[in-house]
This record gives sequence, C-alpha cells and structure tokens, in this order.
Amino acid sequence: MSSADIYREIILDYYRNPRNYGKIENPDISKKDSNPLCGDELEMHINLKDNKISDVKFTGKGCAISQASASMLTELIMDKDFEFVKELTKEDVLENLGLHDLGPARIKCALLSLKVLKYGIYSYVSEKLKDTASADKIKEEASGLF
Amino acid sequence: MQASVINIKSIRNDFPILKRKVHKDKPLIYFDNAATTQKPIQVIDAISNYYLNYNSNIHRAVHQLAEEATAAYELTRDKVAKFINIKNREEIIFVRGTTEAINLVAYSWGRQNVQKDDIVVTTEYEHHSNIVPWQLLTKEKGAKLEYIGVDDNGELILDQLDAYLDTGRVKLVTFSQMSNVLGTISKSEEIIKKCHQKGVRVLVDAAQSVPHIKVDLQKLDCDFFAFSAHKMLGPTGVGVLWARKDLLESMVPFNGGGDMIREVHKYETTWNDLPFKFEAGTPNIADVIGFSAALDYLDKIGMDKVREHEVELTKYALEQISAVKGIKLYGTPDITKRGGVISFNLGDIHPHDLATIIDEDGVAIRSGHHCAQVLMERLDVSATSRASFYIYNTKEEIDVFIRSLNRARELFRI
Repeated sequence: MSSADIYREIILDYYRNPRNYGKIENPDISKKDSNPLCGDELEMHINLKDNKISDVKFTGKGCAISQASASMLTELIMDKDFEFVKELTKEDVLENLGLHDLGPARIKCALLSLKVLKYGIYSYVSEKLKDTASADKIKEEASGLF
Repeated sequence: MQASVINIKSIRNDFPILKRKVHKDKPLIYFDNAATTQKPIQVIDAISNYYLNYNSNIHRAVHQLAEEATAAYELTRDKVAKFINIKNREEIIFVRGTTEAINLVAYSWGRQNVQKDDIVVTTEYEHHSNIVPWQLLTKEKGAKLEYIGVDDNGELILDQLDAYLDTGRVKLVTFSQMSNVLGTISKSEEIIKKCHQKGVRVLVDAAQSVPHIKVDLQKLDCDFFAFSAHKMLGPTGVGVLWARKDLLESMVPFNGGGDMIREVHKYETTWNDLPFKFEAGTPNIADVIGFSAALDYLDKIGMDKVREHEVELTKYALEQISAVKGIKLYGTPDITKRGGVISFNLGDIHPHDLATIIDEDGVAIRSGHHCAQVLMERLDVSATSRASFYIYNTKEEIDVFIRSLNRARELFRI
C-alpha cells in the first residue's frame, strides 16, 4: 500500500481532529496498552447500558494510523450491542479504516486500538460477568492480534 | 559523485548491499547507521573464509585448524588494542556488544563496589543500555541513581556533575561519548578528570563514538570503555569491554564455564588469567575474525578522514534540512560538537508515518524513541526521526532525502 493511499484526507482528518477523544469518569471498562517497539500509547474508556455501548472515549499518542484507527473504532462501536463488539475482527477494523496490505510493522499501529478494546472487554467479561469461557476466547483473540 | 576527502566511489564498491534496490526500483539510501552499519565485502569474506577453511574451536585443541583459528581470533585483540591505543592486550574482553559490556561491569564490579546509599551517576541522553543495568544494581543495593541533565543545546550540564561529586558518595559516573539521538560529543576528558580528582570510577559508553571519531584511551584515561563491532562495519554479536588491568583483576567473573578457569574442583575453582577469566564458553569466533577485517578497513581509510567526511556530510545535511518548512531540529548546531546524527521532527507528522513515507523513496531512517525514553521525556516529545551517516553516504543521497521530506510534507499538507 503506497503512502498516498494510506495518508488519505480522512485518515489525516481523524489524526488531527480525533472524534471521541477524552476520558470518562468511572467507566465500566478502562484499558491502556502501548506498543513497546514504537512507543504508541492508547487508553480506552467505555460505559455500558442495557447491554449496549452507551459511551466510549480514548486518549493516546502515536502515529496517524494508530490514532485515526482508535478514533474511527470508537465511532464504529458507539451505541452498538455488546455482542457485536465482542465479535469484532481485525478484518472489520481494517475495512473500516480502508487500509489493506499494510506491512508487518505498520499493521500493529492500525490494530493497537482493537487490541486495547479486546483486552478491556476481556477484563470486563472475566471480572464483572464472571463468564470464564467467553473471557478465554476473547483473550485468545486479543493475544493473537500482533 | 562530489569531491570528497575519501574515495567514495571505491568505498561504495566494497559494499554489495548498496547495489540493491528497494521498493522495486529505488536505490537504497541507508541513513540508519547509528543503529547498525552495512558491511564491506572484506568483512563478509573474512567470516566465510573462516567457515570454509579453518572453522574450529579455539584455545584448547592442538590441531592445525585450531591453531589458525586461535591466531586469527587473538590477532583481532591486538588490532583492537592498537585501534583504541592501549598497551595491554589482555585488558580487551570480547563480549556480545556494548549492552553486555555494561552489564558485565554492573554485575561484577558494581555488585562488589556499590553499597547502600552510594550514588551511580548517568546522564539524560543515555541509551537504555546505560540506564537499566544501573537501575537494577542501585535498586538491589539500596543505592541511588542520579542523572546529569541535558541543556537546550543538547549538551550535558556539567555543574550538576560537580554537585553530585561533592556529596562524596558517588562510586561510578557512566556516560556516552556520543549521544545516539542528538549526536552530541561529550566533554569526556573534562568529565573523567573531575571524577578522578574525587577518586570516582568512570565508564564510557563508546558505541556511537568509536565508529566515527578517533579515540585514544591513554589520553582519555577512563576506567571502563565499551563499544560494538556492528556499528563500525563489523558483524553483529561482537563487542568490546576494555577495563584497566587492576580493576579486571579485582573483579569476580560474570559468566562461569569453560575457558575462564584455571582449575576446577568439586567445590572451588581458580580463575584463568585475563582476558579469558571474562570469556566463558566458546566465543563468537567467526564474527570476532570478521571484526578484524572491519578494523583493517577503517584503519586503511583513517579515522581522521572518516570524521572529516561525516562533518562535511552533516554540515551539508543541516543546511539543507533547515530550509524544509516545518522542520524542528534537536541538538547543537555547532558541527564541532556533534557527530553525523540528525534528529528531527517535521510538522505534526509522527516519525513512524514519516519513515514509512520516505522509505518508499528508498531512504532508510530510524523513527521512534531510539532506546532513549529518558531523553525523549526531557525533549518533551514521544519520538523523533533520525538520519545518521557513514563513510559510504553522499551529498547526492542527502538531496534525495530532502526531496522525500518535502513529498511527506505535501502529503500531510504542511
């Protein structure tokens, strides 16, 4: 994928004007992670209501791909059923970003937000819902992300 | 090709990798030399010649192959001694790299000499390899780790060193002779003199300096000195720790095993002589022999010429890059105080995005925190881009690099 295809207007716009940027006080789900290779950081806060994502916010620093990806992911899951978010795949995220065939180094930037989201859901499902079977499956998915 | 202090055309011919193309048809422009340099054919041939013709283990066997291999391995030690100008060849310890050399000192000398409430002083522009071993040591001992700060020109604030030394509790001062991010050349002799006046030991991390400037250890007069072969045309997996003989003799071994022993009994062992006391196990024979060819190569050009070439390139690059709209440069503008390393940011383009874009034009630079997160914090950035030069780089390559930066700027509409 050429950089002219990666750094399209929409990616730059989400990088410079991230939607849903910020924090939620006492969120139901809170997760933070970083990519030790490049230092990108991401924290995601989520509130749930009636089994739906009622609010989601993120903070972080990093490259255009990682930050735009996080912002677009928050828009993708806002108001969605918890089940939908649990089932979200990396293909869904890349499709939503319009990024295909990213190299092995840069795909980590694009998927950091999904990794944070999945680990956040994992903690929620295992600690608050005590649903071990479901939690194990999500953890396996999350650890396979990069 | 521009007129140069060195014969750039013939040098480039010695590096097979420089003939390859990247991203289909772009000539490789390799500006990531502070991370590792490319290898000339002479080094590659020396390694393959060892494996093809006299591969064997060293020091013990008496057959001809072992004698040839031992001689080639030990000859490298002599060449290193000459290269850094020291008298005693047995003070040269071969290790895996600078990181291992520093860890060896921290684990062996550090554990014997640093006690509770003592102070180890490092600097804000160190690589993680000259911070983390000291964090481990000082935490274990209940000692303190202190930092010499970096000023806005990217130079060490030496008044802070004086204040630490005045406490009378400093056991070791450890600093890099050249910063891997800013390129700043430390005032090494001044630092060492101050420390020795107070009886404090000094370790010099020379990973970035030995490949680029002439060093003379008799003049420098430090206590420990560490560098890596792979940043100076040699193979990966070889590094050097030099330390004064009396210190090495007082230190306990870092690794126990074969080659480092004199006699082993069931419950006690006596140590072999230097340097073997610190070279347990079969060493990296092939790559030490490859390193020998790298030292020959640099010797033939002459380290003064290497430095002169890099000064010329860096001066040109700084002039050109300063004119790029939105550029922010880190480090001193004074070329006499810096090596061939340029750290920068361009507008709000994250270094990883920038490196991705210019890589498409064949330009390989490093982006990120450069294993120097303490310095990134000091500069108040999460990352920088870094271009670093070596003997085979040219002004024409810098022109391509600058055009590529401008393309990135346009892509990001800066």
